[in-house]
Amino acid sequence: MTEIAAGLLVLTGAVFSLIASIGLIRMPDIFTRMHASTKAGVLGSSLILIAAGVVIGDGGTWARIVVAIFFLLLTAPIGAHMIGRASLDEHHRPRHK
Amino acid sequence: MTPEQFLDLAIDVSFALVMASVALGFYRIVRGPSFGDRVVSLDMLTVSIMGFCGLFAIFSDDTAFLDVAVVLALVGFLTTLALARFAERRRARPEESE
Repeated sequence: MTEIAAGLLVLTGAVFSLIASIGLIRMPDIFTRMHASTKAGVLGSSLILIAAGVVIGDGGTWARIVVAIFFLLLTAPIGAHMIGRASLDEHHRPRHK
Repeated sequence: MTPEQFLDLAIDVSFALVMASVALGFYRIVRGPSFGDRVVSLDMLTVSIMGFCGLFAIFSDDTAFLDVAVVLALVGFLTTLALARFAERRRARPEESE
């Protein structure tokens, strides 16, 4: 049962990582690319890390996984916000369409 | 198919998917028309490699790779922050940019 749950989590996370990179390739400008890569990428990696916790399953492992996901959720929006602000000038405007 | 076999198969497939994601991220770094595109791609690459560390921790049954994931999250955040600051300053002094 644990193995099946972990396998499904791992597969879902890997598919989300792939979707993030496909968005990075296919989206038209930097702001939409940021939107695809930050959200889907963080969700994919978090699911894979949770699967590692489900498989290994002792307290120290869960603590490290919670810390990793917490840092990910805390830092990804800040980083994306700073890149977006840095690249917002007269040549790079979000598209309104 | 036993649950153990299913987990092994899922891990193998997930390795392939995550490596495809890393390859596509490298493609965007090479192509990326602007500096910001490359920084965004590097950020996503760091997060993907964190997922790879989690996969390898399951695969080898070794929790040391989770420490690598924590450190990678911190280093990736600092990299993104520093590169964004660098891009902002480069724009503020256009006579020094290429």
